Order: sequence, then structure tokens, then C-alpha cells
Amino acid sequence: MPSVGLFIPCYVDQFYPRVGLATVELLERFGCQVEFPEAQTCCGQPMANTGCADLVAPIARRFVEIFAPYDYVVCPSGSCVSMVRNHYGEYFDHDPTFERLRPRVMELCEFLTEVLGIERVEGRFPHRVGLHQSCHGLRELRLASSSEIVGPAHNRTRRLLESLEGIELSELKRPDECCGFGGTFAVAEEAVSCMMGLDRIADHEQAGTEVLTGNDMSCLMHLEGLLRRQHKPIRVMHVAEILQSAMLAGAAT
Amino acid sequence: MTTHASHTTDHAPQAALFVADDKRAHWHDGALWFVRAKRDRAAQALPEWERLRETASQIKLHTLSRLAEYLEQFEASAHRLGATVHWARDAAEHNEIVLSILQRHGARRLVKSKSMLTEECHLNPFLERHGISVVDTDLGERIVQLAGEPPSHIVLPAIHRTKEDVGRIFHEHLHTEEGASDPKYLAEAARQHLREKFLEADAALTGVNFAVAETGGFVVCTNEGNADLGVSLPKLHIASMGIEKLVPCAEHLGVFLRLLARSATGQPITTYSSHFHGPVSGGELHIVLVDNGRTPIMGSDEFRRSLSCIRCGACMNTCPVYRRSGGHSYSATVPGPIGSILSPARDARAHGSLPFACSLCGSCTDVCPVKIDLHHQLLAWRHEIAARGLLPISKKLPMRLASIVLGHRWLYELSGRIGRWIMPKLPRWMIYNRFNAWGRQRELPEPPRESFRERYRRRNGSAHGK
Amino acid sequence: MASKSKDDILAAVRRQRVPETPLPSLDGPWIAYPDRAAQFAAMLEFVGGCCVRVEGVEQLNAQLAELPVWNDAKKTVSLVEGVGRSTFDLAAVADPHELEDVDFAILPGQFGVAENGAVWIDDRNLRHRVLPFIVQHLALVVRAGELIDTMHAAYERLRFDGPGFGVFISGPSKTADIEQSLVIGAHGPRSLTVFLMV
Repeated sequence: MPSVGLFIPCYVDQFYPRVGLATVELLERFGCQVEFPEAQTCCGQPMANTGCADLVAPIARRFVEIFAPYDYVVCPSGSCVSMVRNHYGEYFDHDPTFERLRPRVMELCEFLTEVLGIERVEGRFPHRVGLHQSCHGLRELRLASSSEIVGPAHNRTRRLLESLEGIELSELKRPDECCGFGGTFAVAEEAVSCMMGLDRIADHEQAGTEVLTGNDMSCLMHLEGLLRRQHKPIRVMHVAEILQSAMLAGAAT
Repeated sequence: MTTHASHTTDHAPQAALFVADDKRAHWHDGALWFVRAKRDRAAQALPEWERLRETASQIKLHTLSRLAEYLEQFEASAHRLGATVHWARDAAEHNEIVLSILQRHGARRLVKSKSMLTEECHLNPFLERHGISVVDTDLGERIVQLAGEPPSHIVLPAIHRTKEDVGRIFHEHLHTEEGASDPKYLAEAARQHLREKFLEADAALTGVNFAVAETGGFVVCTNEGNADLGVSLPKLHIASMGIEKLVPCAEHLGVFLRLLARSATGQPITTYSSHFHGPVSGGELHIVLVDNGRTPIMGSDEFRRSLSCIRCGACMNTCPVYRRSGGHSYSATVPGPIGSILSPARDARAHGSLPFACSLCGSCTDVCPVKIDLHHQLLAWRHEIAARGLLPISKKLPMRLASIVLGHRWLYELSGRIGRWIMPKLPRWMIYNRFNAWGRQRELPEPPRESFRERYRRRNGSAHGK
Repeated sequence: MASKSKDDILAAVRRQRVPETPLPSLDGPWIAYPDRAAQFAAMLEFVGGCCVRVEGVEQLNAQLAELPVWNDAKKTVSLVEGVGRSTFDLAAVADPHELEDVDFAILPGQFGVAENGAVWIDDRNLRHRVLPFIVQHLALVVRAGELIDTMHAAYERLRFDGPGFGVFISGPSKTADIEQSLVIGAHGPRSLTVFLMV
């Protein structure tokens, strides 16, 4: 079984330890040798997306140094993975260590389906789940087909979720519209960001979503913040949490 | 509502004003999403859609790679057909050329069909200052012209206006019945009004959707028929085009005409796709080729592809920010994703906020019929703005601080621990106040006692990981 | 002055380093419709037009006589032999402005495009370019054998080797500029009928 270096986004480390733990347990359950290199902090995406490329370079070099020894680097976030895979290039100029690492940095569901070849997850989750399709996972990593592109439809995360016993997935009117998080955009364009988030929530409400999930806790943090302020009953769980708790529930019965 | 009169060109505050009228913002969002949905249906009907996009992109990049040759070929071919070709380095020269042609013919009344280039050059006020009356004949353009504001969308210029707004504008200017807001009635009133303008025009000006180097002709696409009515009554036709509008051969038009209307409005083709080769018999055709800042973009590996734009507006219709902030919030001739790339290229200081008016969702890139990597260019513009020292301190400072914290594991862990320890102890007003934009409408996450790494350490029973 | 600007622009263009990109092939396969006439008719209807299939001129005239807008038309012109009637001599019209009050025109279309319901017409026998745009109602006559699948096939047929004007017309003139609500009859014809002659 491959050795997996666990890449936990900084905000997950600080605010959502349960998502990190669910990821570890899930990977271990599928037989991976997981290690969390503690020297890691952040991939540098906030600086890069603000334009401060000079601030990113040292962070990117550190990242590659820390994670180079592993067979795979797995992360419960499409956005952070995309940062490394699609936007680190400019800091390395075809450096062989980076080029070797680049394709092995993977989002959790991507790793489960593509590397481990998992088609279905034995587990039970008897709830109506709404999948929020985070943009970077969707359009930068192509974890699913986007609604703009013409061609056969696919969706890795949805496929895994659908394999759970008792689960029902809600159907949205706008299946892959952005939630409006967008990193610093959430603060710099607060008004538009919140309107976008509230519109996503309204779509999930009309679709009967009980549990809102996704591959990126950042989008979910934004949506959860809106939900909690409005005292709405929709629960928020990262997809790793759903898969992990479903497997536990499946094993218990 | 109109934002061109406001003092700031910053996107966020103007967007916030638009969002504040929740009903209107949702109406605007819905109207444009409806167009996006029509586009989806039209695209899905063609199994070769993705190949068409790739082909279109290649044709455009090829043309740029030999643009000088194609421009000369176009001029020679157009000349053979009896057209006169003019060259304008910038907006001022373009406007002077148009004025001098009109003055030579003693033309006082000009009818214009939609041309984003003449908007870019601010031709209308220039001509009006010289005593020439200019009538925009596209219905949407006429609405905003009468309202005294710029278009808010490149294909749907008056999309920010409700039918009640149009009713009020028409009542004032065209003397329609007060309170009348039926689109059919209003469009009929505009038809009657503009027919008079067509019949009394001395000259017509159109934009150009595509020009063909090999044949010397060009194509203009409209749904209303205003370009054709405009140019075929008077004897003088002026066509203004950016130098990037060329395609090598007529056969390439097939690719673009298949993509343009489907992407723009979900129609399989515009109602009229008119092919002009030379002047109307006994008349004159003048074609003005305009650079106005395009050549430097050609040389940029990062931004070159923005010149492939065919002005379909699909990126605006799909953009979740544009739909909720309105075209005027961009304070630019071309708003939305493509405008947020083109405008800073003109003036990075004035339009520096536009590349940040974007959540980087990438929908624009996937919808673009010529495969412009719009969201990557928006990101590249952010880097460019920072590199030129134009980043506001409110963006720069937090990032500098964050990079110091994130650059040192001990500092990162310590600040995290302090933050998570102190947050629950603070009174609510200290966290949720006017300095916390996140918390205006959102709760912050509830800080856990332990971070992931602390729990992981405990779970795995070791003080330090690798 | 003009030539100085030309030199400046071309020099500026040549100064830019743009990587060589080959022209892509336009060879198919592109979409092919099993029943072009049905596809053409469906698309024409989608864009607000009307497709009437007729066998021969006689049937065409009979169908024309069923059209209220034809029956109500006072000033009409037909450039298709044996179809409808002309109430004035187009050849005698010197100034296109005089066509302002034409109610109905019947014009020959050279071919139709199944994928989008468009018909190609050119000004070779129109006398005035404005004719298809200024009239209140327009009918085009196209032979059913002259239907092609896509725009690619269209440009294989078209030759632009001299001065002239040609246009693809797909449906009647329309606008959706007021609140995205579709209004047929913007500046040009308020209706478009295509007679597909078998």
C-alpha cells in the first residue's frame, strides 16, 4: 500500500480538526500508511490569489521539501491541491523534484477513486445530502464534469456518496454555481459573496437538503457561517466525515 | 442605479449598492441565468461543441501569429472591392477619421448599429460635439442612449433596466403612454421612432464581428436588422473594427458563426449574418482598422488570448459576480470577466480592482467559445497589479503578516493556539463589529479546543511527527 | 498621415513575439441530420419563422393565399417567377427609400442550413440591398434539394470573388432587449415564411 503524506489545509488544522481526523481514518481504513508531516503550514494560496507571488515562493519551496518523500500527498481540499498542481509551476521552473511530486498531490476523493480504484464505499448514511461542487475541484482538477462543457457527465464525489446505503442526493437547480467564498473575495466583496452563498443555500433548501457536503471545507465554512447566522436547520459535513461515519455505521450494523 | 456618475471605480462598493436592492439584484441574476441556460441547451445540441471551441481558439491564435500579413492582405482585398481602408493607432485617431469622412460628405445624421469599439473610443460624444447627431439603433443601445448611460452588457446593453424603467424612459423621450410597460408595445414604439431615423440618415456606422483577410469582406451579426436597414439606405457606410477581428479565409466564418449566437443568447445563429464585400452600388464603404492598445497585448504570453474574444457576452451571463453586481459596477466599457482583463490593460490604476471582483470559479473559462483562459488571466492580472505596486495596503498588509506566520511553524502553531483560546472568551461585540467583514452576515467557525495536529499527535502518541 | 499610422501599426504588430500556431483543419465529421427538411423546419420555428413545404408553384400560391399577412398586404413584390404578384416595378425604383411602404416581399433563397434554419440570399437580383430588411413581411423560396447540414457546408458553396452583399437570414427580425422578453418584428420583417419547394 502506498505511503501517504497527509496535507491538511491550515484552516482545517485550526478550525476543523474533525475533518482532518476523518480523512486519516478513512485512508487508514482503505489500507494506506498515513503520515502527517508536522512541518507543514499552508500552501500559500491566499497570497497567490491576492497577487503576492513573491510571498508564495518560499512557502511553495517549503511545501515541496516537506512532501517530496511520500508516494502520494492527499488533501481533503480541491482548492489547495489545485494550488500546488496547477499554480506552483511558476515557482519551480521544471525542477525535477517538483515535477515528480506534482501529479501525486491529490484531492481525497480523487485519490480514493483513481489511485485506490474504489468504486463503492460500504457504509450507511440515511440522509438527504446536498453536494456542493467546489469550483477548483470541479474546473481546475476536473473531479466532475462542469455544466458548461459538452460531453459525457461524470462526478467522482457523487459516485462515492451514491454508493452509500440509505443516502439520497438532492437535485439542485444550479448544480455547480459558485458559493461565493473565493478566499479573500469573501471579505473584499462581502456583499456579493454573501448573496452568492445565500442563493446556494436557497437552492439546497428547495431541493430538500438535510446535510450539506463538499470536498472543500472553505466553501462549507462560508455556507455554514451563513446558515448559523440565519439559524437554518441544514447540517454541514465534509465529504470525508460522511464517508467515515457511514463506514462506521455500516460496520456497526 | 447608474454608477458612472459615482466617484469610485472600485468594484466592491458599487457592487454592494447593487446587491442592497435585493429584489432587483435577484431579478438581474435570474434574467442572465436564463440566457446562460439557453446557451447550455444550444451547446448541448451539437456533439462537436468542444471541437468547435478548440478550432476557433486555434484559428484566432494562428491569425494573431501572422497578423501583419493578414492585415495587409485584408487591406488589399478590400481595396480591390472598392472599399477604402483607414488605419487608426488610437481612439482619438479613429474618431478623427470618422469625423473627417462624415464632414467630407456633409453628413449630419448618423445611424449606428452596435459597436463596442465605438463605445471604447467614446465616439458618440465626440461626434455630437462636432454637430453630428448620432442615433444608436439597436433597441437596447437606444434605451441606454436615451437614459444617458453606458451599456451594462456587451450583447444586452439594457439588461439592467426593467420594462417599467424602459416605459418611463420612452414616455419621456418617445411620448409613449405614461405607465405603459408592455415590451411589445414599447418595442413597436421604438420601431416607429427608429424607422424615421433610418429614413433620414445621411450615413451609417457599424461594428464588425469578423473580417476576412482573403476576401476583403466582413460580417455583421444582428437580430434586429438594424445594421442592414442602417447601411442600405444612405450611400455612406463606415465600419469600425479592432485589428483582432480578422480571420484568414471565408470558411473560418463557419466555425465562428456556429459558436457566436449559441454562446450569446442560445440562438443557433443570429437572425441576420450580413456579408459585406465592397460598397453598395453608387456608394462608399470606409473600413477603419483600430489598434488602440491591442498590439502590446499580442506580445504578452499571459494575456494574448484575451484578443480572441468574439464579444458574445457568455462570460458575463455565467459570471456569478456580474449577475449579482450589474455591468455598471465595473466602471468600464466592457464589464464582466473579459472586461476585467481588457480594462486593466488600458489603465491598471483605474481598473485595478476588477481582477479581484471574481471568486476564481472558472465558469467563464469553461463557457468561453474561443477558450480564453479567463480566470487564469484574472489571476495573472492580480500578480501584475501587485508587481506594479498597485495593490492597496488593505490587501498587501494582511498577506505580508500571514506569510510571516505561515513561514514559521512555531509562530503558526502559537498564533493558532492563542486565537482559538481567546476567541470564545471575547464578548460578541469584540468579534462582530464593523471591522469584521466576514461577520457582517456570517458566523465565524466555532474554534475547537485542539487543532488537528494536536489531536493527531495525541492519537498517534508521539510528540512530533516527521 | 494615414499611411504613417498604417506603418506604425504594422511595425508594432511585427514587434510582438507571437508563437507560431498552425491553422486547424475544418474537415468533418460535423453533425449530419437524417432528415434535413425536418431539422430545418424545426429550427426555423424555434427562431420565430414558419416553414411551409410545397410541391410546386401552384401549391405554393395556394399556401400563400392562406397567409393573412399576404392577403392584407397592399404593396407587394415578388422576385420568384410565377409566385405571388408584384404591385409595382422594382426595376423602376431608383431610390431605396421608396421601398419603405412595401408590405410583403417574396424572394428567392439560394440554400437553407438545417442546423440553424438560415437561408442565404444575395443582392445579385435584389436591385436594392435594403429590400429584405425594410419590408413588413418576408417570404423566401428555397428548393428542398438545396438544404445542407451545417455552416461548414455553406461556406464550401459560397464564393466571394467580387463586390457584393449576401446575408444568412434565420427567422424574422426580433429583439429581447426589454427584460429578455422576445418581441418579433424589431426593425425588419415582422414575419418570415420559408416555402420549401420539393
